[in-house]
Amino acid sequence: MQDAEFADVLDAVRRFVRTKVVPREDEIEETDAIPADIRRAATQMGLFGYTLPAEYGGLGATLSQDVRLAFEFGYTTPAFRSLFGTNNGIAGQVLVSSGTDEQKQRWLPRLAEGAIASFALTEAEAGSDPSGLTTKAIRDGDGYVLSGVKRFITNAPLADLFVVFARTDPAARGTRGISVFLVDAGLHGVRVGPRDRKMGQAGAWTAEVLFDQVRVPSTALVGGQEGAGFAAAMRSLVRGRVHIAAICVGMADRLLAESVSYAKSACQGGQPIGEFQLVQAMLAEIKTGAYAGRAMVAEAARNYDSAADRRIGPSAAKLFCSEMVGRAADLAVQVHGGLGYMRGIPVERMYRDARLFRIYEGTSEIQKLIIGRALVRDGN
Amino acid sequence: MNIVVLVKQVPDTWSERRLRADDSTLDRDAADAVINELDDYAIEEGLRLQEAHGGEVTIVSMGPQKAADAIRKALSMGADKAVHVTDEALRGSDGLVTSAVLASVLGRTGFDLVILGSESTDARMGTLAAMLAERLGVPQMSFASKVETDGSKITIHRQADYGYDTVEGALPAVVSVVEKINEPRYPSFKGIMAAKKKPVETLSLADLGMDASQAGLAASATQVVSFANRPPRAAGTIVTDEGDGGAKAAEFLASRKFI
Repeated sequence: MQDAEFADVLDAVRRFVRTKVVPREDEIEETDAIPADIRRAATQMGLFGYTLPAEYGGLGATLSQDVRLAFEFGYTTPAFRSLFGTNNGIAGQVLVSSGTDEQKQRWLPRLAEGAIASFALTEAEAGSDPSGLTTKAIRDGDGYVLSGVKRFITNAPLADLFVVFARTDPAARGTRGISVFLVDAGLHGVRVGPRDRKMGQAGAWTAEVLFDQVRVPSTALVGGQEGAGFAAAMRSLVRGRVHIAAICVGMADRLLAESVSYAKSACQGGQPIGEFQLVQAMLAEIKTGAYAGRAMVAEAARNYDSAADRRIGPSAAKLFCSEMVGRAADLAVQVHGGLGYMRGIPVERMYRDARLFRIYEGTSEIQKLIIGRALVRDGN
Repeated sequence: MNIVVLVKQVPDTWSERRLRADDSTLDRDAADAVINELDDYAIEEGLRLQEAHGGEVTIVSMGPQKAADAIRKALSMGADKAVHVTDEALRGSDGLVTSAVLASVLGRTGFDLVILGSESTDARMGTLAAMLAERLGVPQMSFASKVETDGSKITIHRQADYGYDTVEGALPAVVSVVEKINEPRYPSFKGIMAAKKKPVETLSLADLGMDASQAGLAASATQVVSFANRPPRAAGTIVTDEGDGGAKAAEFLASRKFI
């Protein structure tokens, strides 16, 4: 996609987010759902496949382009980007990077048109570290039989496709012997639990998914061979980290906008609180974090696209930006004073929404381990 | 059906807009340029009529080089092709000149229906539909909040203070629309990618058989002779509630036609 076209895409996304989604945030919060008309408009716009290759109906956005869109998505409730985040990110990218031609042909055009792919890795004892994975895929005639329980699976209640991680070699330990399967959500034995009740990010649905003796054909095995999908899946997480970092920057921008606007209009002692230097200091701190985060994300994305760094940069960006937005949300609530603690005030909602960023797609601690290991093992 | 939608690029309503000190024309460099808001509704209506009746939607815009951005956006919403009239000599043209130029373009493209926003957010004259209809010798259907056609006849709801009039006319016709008419679509990514491949014909005054002396500020019947900034907002009206505050507030709002 050329710059001029991308500028139009970015402009359309920015206008859509700010004029159509931002005004509906309270409704999304109260109903714990993205309104059907917003989902429809997002589908028509092409948001469900913008990182998927153009030959399969996507836009083929690079990570550098993706993060600029993510700065815009981050400006509103994270539930909006969650709706199509798994398609463009962790789940869709597994197919793009290691699906067979037939698998891509079968699924990618459908995803680009709004079918939802969900990434099913996490289990009770397999989160940041997948080596405790217990979901099994047992070879049976021409196919496999899957059984196991996944949890916190984003978009599970909406999914048409599950990208499922399961052990194909029961004797293997750690991350060996793990394969990835494309499981049609309509298959017999696939059961999705009730929606999780979460601290924040209302409207972004997660649930437990039970695979009860689910029979899949051998064509469901990603890449056509056992073990092929796992490394690629880990790589798709790397890309996703930079995207999440960009979402955090977008949210920090919004927290700043809300805080500045409040500081300029709310009065104490007869003058706007924005005149007080201690309030200005908080605004300055939010701004500086967002500014640093934006620069860092752009650099990490550039190095990812050029393949110069696909290890340290993405983890460093995710670590910094998720911590940064947590601090920004805290300060934004502080700027708002008592009002910032009230339901219905955007910064109160974002304070809860932001907490997840330090946990999912690799906790802050895991990012530190990745960065630290890379430094000690390979140098910087 | 051959549908032509007229699109004007204007300075963004949300940015600070200025007139030039030298000739009191619009300072186009002072603000971001966007499609005139009401024209989005005109484009949407054109596309909907095309979806219902077939045919083609052609975008016509008169404006500087930069207006190509507005044309591309209109094409990305789904219009089929465009005509861009651009000529240095057009700068400062008033409604009368603009209508003459656009009428000349419409003579070339032909049309069953010309759709435009009922006014632009910069000049806010709201006279173009009337001038065009007069020049083209076709019915003017103004302030439409609803349009229906069977291909030979057209019926609109004309928005009024008290509700609407149902107005009927024969095609070809010129229709100006208000924002109540529809909900404009956002360009899809596919539409954006397709837009650059759509034909855009660029015309100069000479291409239209017009002379520079017939256009621009000098040829315009009206021109802005001076301007002043809006005075700072005066103190508002304070209604003292003596048991009838609600009624007084309602009266005030009604006097300003808010309710």
